[in-house]
Amino acid sequence: MAEHIIELQNVMKYYDDNLVIDNVSFYVNKGEFITFLGPSGCGKTTTLRMIAGFDLPTSGKILLNGQDISALPPNKRPVNTVFQRYALFPHLNVFENIAFGLKCKKVRNTYENAEGKRYTKTEKLSKKEIAEKVGKALEIVDLEGFEKRSISTLSGGQQQRVAIARAIVNEPEILLLDEPLGALDLKMRKEMQLELKAMHKRLGITFIYVTHDQEEALTMSDTIVVMADGVVQQIGTPTKIYNEPANTFVADFIGESNILNGTVVGDKKVKFCGKTFDCLDDFGINEPVDVVVRPEDIRMCAPEAGTLAGEVISVVFKGIHYEITVQVGKYELVINSTESRAVGERIGMTIAPDGIHLMKPKYTTNVFDGVITKRNTVKFADGEFDCDVTQLYPGSHIDDEEYLVTAGGEKIDLTDTEVRVEVGLDDISISDDAEAGGTTGRIISIIYKGDHYRLIVRTEGEDEEDFVFSTDDLWNEDDLVSVIVPREKIRLSLKNPEGKKR
Amino acid sequence: MKLPRFSRKTLCIPYAVFLLFFVVLPMLVIFFYAFTDETMHPSFGTFIKFFSDPTKLSTIVYSLVIALITTVVCLVIAYPVAYILARSKMKKKFVILMLFVLPMWINFVLRVNAIRELFNLLASLHGMEWLASANYFKTVFGMVYDFLPFMILPLYTTMLKIDDSLYEASADLGAGAATTFLRVTVPLSMPGIMSGVTMVFLPSMTNYVVSDMLGNAKVTIIGKFISDYFGNDWHMGSMIALVLLVVVFLSTWLSGGFKSEENVRGTVL
Repeated sequence: MAEHIIELQNVMKYYDDNLVIDNVSFYVNKGEFITFLGPSGCGKTTTLRMIAGFDLPTSGKILLNGQDISALPPNKRPVNTVFQRYALFPHLNVFENIAFGLKCKKVRNTYENAEGKRYTKTEKLSKKEIAEKVGKALEIVDLEGFEKRSISTLSGGQQQRVAIARAIVNEPEILLLDEPLGALDLKMRKEMQLELKAMHKRLGITFIYVTHDQEEALTMSDTIVVMADGVVQQIGTPTKIYNEPANTFVADFIGESNILNGTVVGDKKVKFCGKTFDCLDDFGINEPVDVVVRPEDIRMCAPEAGTLAGEVISVVFKGIHYEITVQVGKYELVINSTESRAVGERIGMTIAPDGIHLMKPKYTTNVFDGVITKRNTVKFADGEFDCDVTQLYPGSHIDDEEYLVTAGGEKIDLTDTEVRVEVGLDDISISDDAEAGGTTGRIISIIYKGDHYRLIVRTEGEDEEDFVFSTDDLWNEDDLVSVIVPREKIRLSLKNPEGKKR
Repeated sequence: MKLPRFSRKTLCIPYAVFLLFFVVLPMLVIFFYAFTDETMHPSFGTFIKFFSDPTKLSTIVYSLVIALITTVVCLVIAYPVAYILARSKMKKKFVILMLFVLPMWINFVLRVNAIRELFNLLASLHGMEWLASANYFKTVFGMVYDFLPFMILPLYTTMLKIDDSLYEASADLGAGAATTFLRVTVPLSMPGIMSGVTMVFLPSMTNYVVSDMLGNAKVTIIGKFISDYFGNDWHMGSMIALVLLVVVFLSTWLSGGFKSEENVRGTVL
């Protein structure tokens, strides 16, 4: 078994009251190239900063070679960072920037004096040693002869190389790279990706890389940690993550995919788009599942020969392949193929069993904690909704004074009763009009599911609840919307049926 | 007829005229007076008189020493204040900055008067009598109080511009707090230090209101000297002004030479 150089154990991190890292645990093998991948705000940079020591975990442990370093300041950790915007010292030239870490370093040297006694001295590195190491580092990043140049005269790519040299010259056990290629243009980025990969092989140290670019992660990494919302979604090799995404988020984030709602109808048989397919994943019969099909796994054939048939509605040339969108009944499927088709043409499609990936749907219904108000409405998720409170007591009704009268004739004041609120995925709609619904929030995720979009709206008050629902309309991420739930679709149940009051 | 076209050059004319009449001409007048005698004939008499008079030379040295002490004390007080304010994540740090800058909104003479009254009050207390004759102390105190904002503001603005990631990079490379301060904070705030020093050093050499009111007229600085001489001896007054000009030029040139390699943006408030 490989040695774990870094291990995170149940790490949580709060900024003020915001949970940014939610119980993250994983390890990094020595010598590995590991990438934290996720959209912005997913906690990947925070995780890196905790390993570097710039941020301390609120709880949990970070182990380096088995030693707890959670509280160690950054200057005492054997890790070095390549910063997102390089963070080169503008007052120092290239040589001085790279030598900065070496000048801080103290080493223990053993000497023998005239009587043959050995003694050790803690010393700074000599000028000659520093010059040699800096020279070597500049050689590694291909910047020989740049020693005297001032930082401001360097191009972005050159500054990037200096930043890398400045970090690796200290011979760290782990090199942390925080989106280091983000500021470079595409061509330069591709070059640097390969160079970094080669550098990793040559140096043999552990690289921890942070990026939001899935292609970069797939190209460079031995292992990818996919993160979203401060939670690790999946850890695996690039191949595994691409071919066997753990959930729809990963499937949607890594590469392109068709994500559809399906139902398991038999042993390794799944039904979606109105047809039954063979698949390889085992799920219980009648279980609802998310079906992920990569665009390149759909084969085109004659209309009568395919399991599915549909009409081509758009064809886009992408250089290596064509991206063909097909309307199959009410579903839209995307196919990547080297063959083109004409728009309007009817085609058939087949999907091999290994091209169909089933996953447990993350959301089947929305559940909230709510409280009944004086007006017999229910408060939850930073808002107030009209609801039918009589469902709490079968056969009850509301009297003239707005008291609830049970079937047995008992009068109950429901004010402040705690309830469980359940809202189905299809029972929610949203509107631009802030006054239209019971609460407002921002759209934080949009996933296309063949014939509809699955949206998540997060409320902005202190509850920060998520509404997950399906809609046919396309919205934009980060839109501020109000959430509408029809009165009859709010299902209530008592939280503690015995004591109704708090 | 063609309308006259305004080029950038024509727009410069008003400023050039202003410069000519209110800067170049007065300088020439001073130069003229400095090197003539009472009969308006060219003479080095004033020049020789000035440099052979020990009281005049010592006044210049006094002025320099007072200005130097004032500048150093201002820097020592302002640096930590600016550093803490610029680095802290406090939401209300603007308020604290205002507390230091706010006295500038009150008339200068009024402020100096207030300090004098305070000192008089303190000196009347038992055990504090020494204050009554501590003229140099009171002068320096008043100057520090008056010129402190001019030191804090440029330091604060330069330090605000230092990216947090540079401090992190320094720690990441193994530097402790002291090393980071000496090798990152100080060199990067050098433009602020230079402009703060210039803005405090020069006025504290010439601004004689403070020394007059707080030093019981016992402390004579170079500015006071010039003003006194212009009462009856324009030639000597001009000569002292000229010497001051040379001193200012030299100190600016020296500090300018010091930062020639630096990024000078943001030096001027």
